[in-house]
Amino acid sequence: MELLLVITAVALLASLVADRRKTRLAVRKGLMMFMGLVPTLLGVLAAVSVLLAAIPPATLSRALSGGGVAAVAIALLAGSVALIPGFIAYPLAGVLKDHGATTAVLSGFITTLLMVGVVTLPIEIRYFGRRIAVVRNALAFAGAVLVAAIMTIVLR
Amino acid sequence: MSGVRRAVRRAPSAWPWALAAVVVALWGYAAAVAPFPFGRDAGHNLARFLVEMVSFLPAMFVLVGLFDVWVPRRVVERHAGPQAGPLAILWMVLLGTLQAGPLYGAFPVAVALWRKGCAPRNVFIYLGAFSALKIPMLTFEVAFLGWRFSLARTAVTLPVFIALAYVLERLLPAGVEIPAGGEGPGGVAGASVTKEAVAQAER
Repeated sequence: MELLLVITAVALLASLVADRRKTRLAVRKGLMMFMGLVPTLLGVLAAVSVLLAAIPPATLSRALSGGGVAAVAIALLAGSVALIPGFIAYPLAGVLKDHGATTAVLSGFITTLLMVGVVTLPIEIRYFGRRIAVVRNALAFAGAVLVAAIMTIVLR
Repeated sequence: MSGVRRAVRRAPSAWPWALAAVVVALWGYAAAVAPFPFGRDAGHNLARFLVEMVSFLPAMFVLVGLFDVWVPRRVVERHAGPQAGPLAILWMVLLGTLQAGPLYGAFPVAVALWRKGCAPRNVFIYLGAFSALKIPMLTFEVAFLGWRFSLARTAVTLPVFIALAYVLERLLPAGVEIPAGGEGPGGVAGASVTKEAVAQAER
């Protein structure tokens, strides 16, 4: 996060030194894009806030602690729907591991969490169009199943 | 009557604000009227998400704007275009893993790359690397799940999403266009993009 701010600041300064007019154009373009995204983003984040409050981490960890296909399926679905920042997701996965979650559950949950975004689909559709967004998420889900399977074999 | 019709037409653009208002109302009820953990949590979640969004997205978009203005199309085409070699994969993975933040922050960058002539497969490799292999997040993963798990997951995920990117590119119709942006109020991209798309179509 800090790295991004530093890189942006340096790039902005360099750009300002090189060409004032171009820099102003770039900043205006960037901020216009940001403002265009704000409403969609706000709606998605509000929906996720409610969802996250409705399903407390404790409930999720109880559902995922067992082994078996059901736990893996729940892990894949929960990871797809959830939008949990990494600094919460990894500690949560650590708790799951301590409660006896299997490798398949852990890798399925983390991989879908990172690569599949059902709730952020409205945002993705705005950028890529419905078709690409849906296909990308479906493929990423299939990929997560594959990763979970391979991880189970590798880490046996 | 016409008022109702107008309201219905406007509904799609009003839903985000309505949802946010509901969350704020729940939180306000929990804070002012009666203790109510669900409302309190929902409000706190929203606040946390908004802080996360405001702390990095504007910088990301300014960077995208600078990229758009300064980086010539042929540079992107040479290194990551449809004719670029396998080295493009390395560039995309490096670009993706060094950034931080949620996946929706990567979409504007991905679209900017695409518009500058980056091959679709490379755009998807970038998205894959951004989502699954972020180096700042790897330290978290190691701390909570251990080296063995984290390294294995990284090693397994990398070829999987590269393969998926190629599959995805094959699935798309040739010369597929992404939405030109700018439709309706607050389209995601500037007008220059549409001009570019037209120029591309003419070629």
